[in-house]
Amino acid sequence: MSGATKPLNPRGTKYEKVDFPVFEFPVVGKARYNYTTGQALGRFLAGLKEGKILGTYCAKCGRVFVPPRMYCSYCFREVDGWIEARDEGVVVTAVLSYISATRARLEKPVAVGVIKLDVPGRQFDDHFFPGLMHYICGASEDDVKSMRIFGARVKAKWKPPEQRTGSITDIECFEVVRP
Amino acid sequence: MTGRNINFKHRVAVVGAGMTLFRSRMLETPQELAWLAAKQALDEAGLTLKDIDCVVIGSAPDAFDGVHMKGEYLAEGAGGIHKPTVRVFVGGATGVFVPIAAWWHVASGLCKRVLAVAEEKMSHAAKPHTQYVFRYIWDPIVEKPLNPNLIWIFAMEMHRYMHKCNVKKEDIALVSVKNKRNACGHPSAQLCMPNITVDDVLKSEVLVWPVQLYDISPTTDGAAALVLASEEEARRITDTPVWVKGIGWTLDTTHWTNRDLAYPEYVRRAAEMAYRMAGIDNPRKQIDVAEPYDPFDYKELHHMEGLGLAKKCEAPILTREGVTQRDGDLPINPSGGLLGVGNPIAAAGLMKVAEIFWQVRGEAGARQVKKPVYTGLAQAWGDLMQAGTVIVMGI
Repeated sequence: MSGATKPLNPRGTKYEKVDFPVFEFPVVGKARYNYTTGQALGRFLAGLKEGKILGTYCAKCGRVFVPPRMYCSYCFREVDGWIEARDEGVVVTAVLSYISATRARLEKPVAVGVIKLDVPGRQFDDHFFPGLMHYICGASEDDVKSMRIFGARVKAKWKPPEQRTGSITDIECFEVVRP
Repeated sequence: MTGRNINFKHRVAVVGAGMTLFRSRMLETPQELAWLAAKQALDEAGLTLKDIDCVVIGSAPDAFDGVHMKGEYLAEGAGGIHKPTVRVFVGGATGVFVPIAAWWHVASGLCKRVLAVAEEKMSHAAKPHTQYVFRYIWDPIVEKPLNPNLIWIFAMEMHRYMHKCNVKKEDIALVSVKNKRNACGHPSAQLCMPNITVDDVLKSEVLVWPVQLYDISPTTDGAAALVLASEEEARRITDTPVWVKGIGWTLDTTHWTNRDLAYPEYVRRAAEMAYRMAGIDNPRKQIDVAEPYDPFDYKELHHMEGLGLAKKCEAPILTREGVTQRDGDLPINPSGGLLGVGNPIAAAGLMKVAEIFWQVRGEAGARQVKKPVYTGLAQAWGDLMQAGTVIVMGI
């Protein structure tokens, strides 16, 4: 070592297991939220109930928005209308989660990823595309780890119509299409 | 991008810096941590709180400290009582946004001497796990119902980057090894691991493939602080002011499933803004040392490319060749970064700016890079691959 080693006085007290005084306060009740779905996502969720994936488009820049918004955030103008994406697409990225939302270990890992959706009559590059995050089913752990899953075609596996509630979970997962 | 004018009244310098130990579960409260760092920064500048005109506070989600409106809560410890005090907040990018906000306070002529303080205490939100607090960053309608864990998105970004650039996990693990070893030179560091190997990283617990335990920075408590001053004041305060040469910040959309995750556009744009102000047209040659944000090991590579310190997909090659080592041609995170020193979110970003301050002054001790340092850069990133903040400093 040469010269001074800043910070000169990194004060602060390390945690010592033996005498770590904590104060825990009780949370009374459970805070719950009622989110508004908004205009664009409201219609999107209603579409899911009917087995459709809806988006919006901007005629000025040509972008297609799935999930939809009411405005083109790039041109800053109202979108020009609604468009239906197919419930099929390709995997642009995928991972295997071995932990839950609370970081508990899962017995079996789940595959999740981003799906770039097909829209009839339109082409998309990698830089902006209609895309959803969802579970991916029908892929082995090795398919994900080896990255074979990238570019694979997947198709939405819908819940039966009577069980749909107008939620992203009306789609159970995107299932790998085997040729 | 050309033709945009850069207007400011005063040049701005950093004249003092301080930081606490970075540790998990420190005994101090957030206010006490803020005070420790702020006091050290004032002492180093040879000033007292009376000399300070304005205070800027940075802290990431309120949920971590479990206190609503954390800026107001921290103001006492940060020296903000009875002064114009403001809190800025752009998630993980906050730490570098704090000196940016302090810069505009001074550059505009509004304040002459500003205290900039960033604090985070991640460890109280440990039930059932710190991770749980991150649930609230997801879109409530289309993402939360899938019950995500924060690491999902970073794993998706890392895997996309690996796919697009054909990068192996072994190459990414080299970043973690470098930074956790570098941290051994840091008196505040949480994770000094002098003997860690690529194999240790690859054998660590798999969280969300391809992310493993040693690919991630630890949860940390800590605070860091800077004193910034106008040119006239800075020359009065010290013989060795470190000038803020350029600043930049941008946001991308939170609709991250609509864009390619292989390249950090938010960093590129923030860096372009900072470079234009600093007169830098070849960052690879003109930046002597950089502290890009590294809460995950692949993020250092990603950010080097966004900052133009490496070409697209080139950062893993530079890392493998040793260019980014402390004694290399382009030292990256010689402090140990978030992977080594620790990740108290906002404080970690400000720590990086403090490190560049010490590097430029030649006061970084064991962490001092071997080549002369005229110009250094710090960068942070936050939210859903969304917020980018960049600062360029030099003599």
